Amino acid sequence: MRRENLLTVVAASLFVFFVLLALFGPWLVPYDPLSTSAGAALSPPDAAHWFGTDALGRDILSRVIVATRLDFGIAVAAVAVSFLIGATLGCLAGFHGGWHDRIISRLADTIMAFPLFVLAMGVVAAMGNTVANIVIATALINLPFYIRVARAEVNVRREAGYVEAARLSGASDTRILVMHLFPNILPPMMVQISLNMGWAILNAAGLSFIGLGVRPPAAEWGIMVADGAQLIVSGEWWVAFFPGLVLMLAVFSFNLLGDGLRDLIDPRRRT
Amino acid sequence: MNAQRLAAVRAGAGFVLRRLAAALPNLLGVVVVTFLLTRALPGDPAAYFAGPAASREAIEEVRRALGLDQGIATQFGFYLRDLVQGDLGNSISTGRPVATELIERLPASLELTLIALLLATLIAVPLGVLAATRPGSVVDHLCRVIATVGVSLPTFFTGLLLAYVFYFLLGWAPPPTGRLDPAFSPPQTVTGFYLIDALFALDGELLAAVAGQIALPAITLALFVIAPISRMTRASMLGVLSSDFVRTARAVGLSRTRVLYVYALRNALLPVVTTLGMVFSFLLGSSILVEKVFAWPGVGSYALEALVASDYAPVQGFVLVLAALYVLLNLVIDLAYGVVDPRARFEG
Repeated sequence: MRRENLLTVVAASLFVFFVLLALFGPWLVPYDPLSTSAGAALSPPDAAHWFGTDALGRDILSRVIVATRLDFGIAVAAVAVSFLIGATLGCLAGFHGGWHDRIISRLADTIMAFPLFVLAMGVVAAMGNTVANIVIATALINLPFYIRVARAEVNVRREAGYVEAARLSGASDTRILVMHLFPNILPPMMVQISLNMGWAILNAAGLSFIGLGVRPPAAEWGIMVADGAQLIVSGEWWVAFFPGLVLMLAVFSFNLLGDGLRDLIDPRRRT
Repeated sequence: MNAQRLAAVRAGAGFVLRRLAAALPNLLGVVVVTFLLTRALPGDPAAYFAGPAASREAIEEVRRALGLDQGIATQFGFYLRDLVQGDLGNSISTGRPVATELIERLPASLELTLIALLLATLIAVPLGVLAATRPGSVVDHLCRVIATVGVSLPTFFTGLLLAYVFYFLLGWAPPPTGRLDPAFSPPQTVTGFYLIDALFALDGELLAAVAGQIALPAITLALFVIAPISRMTRASMLGVLSSDFVRTARAVGLSRTRVLYVYALRNALLPVVTTLGMVFSFLLGSSILVEKVFAWPGVGSYALEALVASDYAPVQGFVLVLAALYVLLNLVIDLAYGVVDPRARFEG
């Protein structure tokens, strides 16, 4: 097996591991992730608490595991929303051209005119501090990428032989788009999804880190790192270290997987 | 001036005008979106500005004074008028104009971002070149791993780790609190960039203190953007190295260094310059997180403090200023591209 394939297999296993944690995490944890215990506050990692405990005596391992579902949930929801809306808009722009294309491309350009994390922060600040708004903000800043990929991919296939054949046999524009073009642009869109997932998680965790979105005491990786931020300079490293490490691993596995997927589907785009 | 030169100058001027015109819709889009964000604020701004003890009449009074009883188009007009006058509203927690406070804090953020960009470029470009000249080698794989790990790093987490290792464990770095140790007084303001101002003041001790303070946050930011720059350099260098003119240069017997650095690298850097736009988007976004971690007194931590206090004018001002800054940076990059590569001036 080639080295790249091996890396992709490692990434895929990590990914499956995280999905299992997200699905079954709450039943796997050794302690209640919310139960506090003043006596065991800030104890370093040991046999009872593998990842140590935080300032309120909560078990960090349990909280890290339980947080997987929330972090993945936000990222999956955000990416799904921007995939659906972005693919629809991009298909319309690429297929019809003309004013459809101008308006939709202008929308994508306007979003891209912002530093994206700053836009997400502004959106959550303006719309209110909820998990749903984090999903909306993350979906919004991912939107241009899906619009662009879908538009470009539909555009090059617009005059393809099978599209002409479908048109000759009397299929409507909508039917051609949904039944013939959309399935054909799925592979590059899938690559975009896996490349975006890691970024979506990073964004959501970053927003929580600055105090937007998820609220304490809910377990979420970004918030947990923020909890440990003050403690790390006085030597209690484990409070921020483990959630940060797991967050990094999750994003890393997504990015590796995305790269592997892209090499499989479109080897020419490898950089 | 001969005719050919004149044509070139004309094309150059046309290029600058075209790029300026292309930036305008983006700037307008940014203003519209920030205005819409203002409108989407939770709660009633009139009640908010009038204070908790205000009567119904007082709230209506404030509503009229703020123009909130007008139609949305009129309100947008007011918003534009204020913007043109440089009025971004007042901060509720400090009572001072947001524009003034942002301008005071902007140099700290810019200094951090630019140092990080410089650092990242100095590491990423040689790394990309090395990887491209030895494809499939250890360096190439290293470059790939660094790139993938780099984009996976949550900047707020790497910042904390660096602070832990270099401040708490090793004691090499000063405490991660702000731009300058309180024992020093800041250099006399010339540029607002402490590093440059300390140089002007010819104060070596101060310069070392400033540099020590900016090192960790700048490295944190740089680590994040080494990945996109080195990847782009590698890809673009690979393309250039397999081109005809490089083959010709090799065939006529030019030295390896000369082919690599004089011919190949210069051409390979052009696409890298265009990706700097994306890199700046990353940098400006993550600088908010890094400023929080290192208590850096820039615009990012200003916006965050305001956010915590539910003081929204600074947050909106911050989003608008950063977006405007980003549009301008992209404009500068475009123009620089035209200067570096004359071909770009004649194309679409």
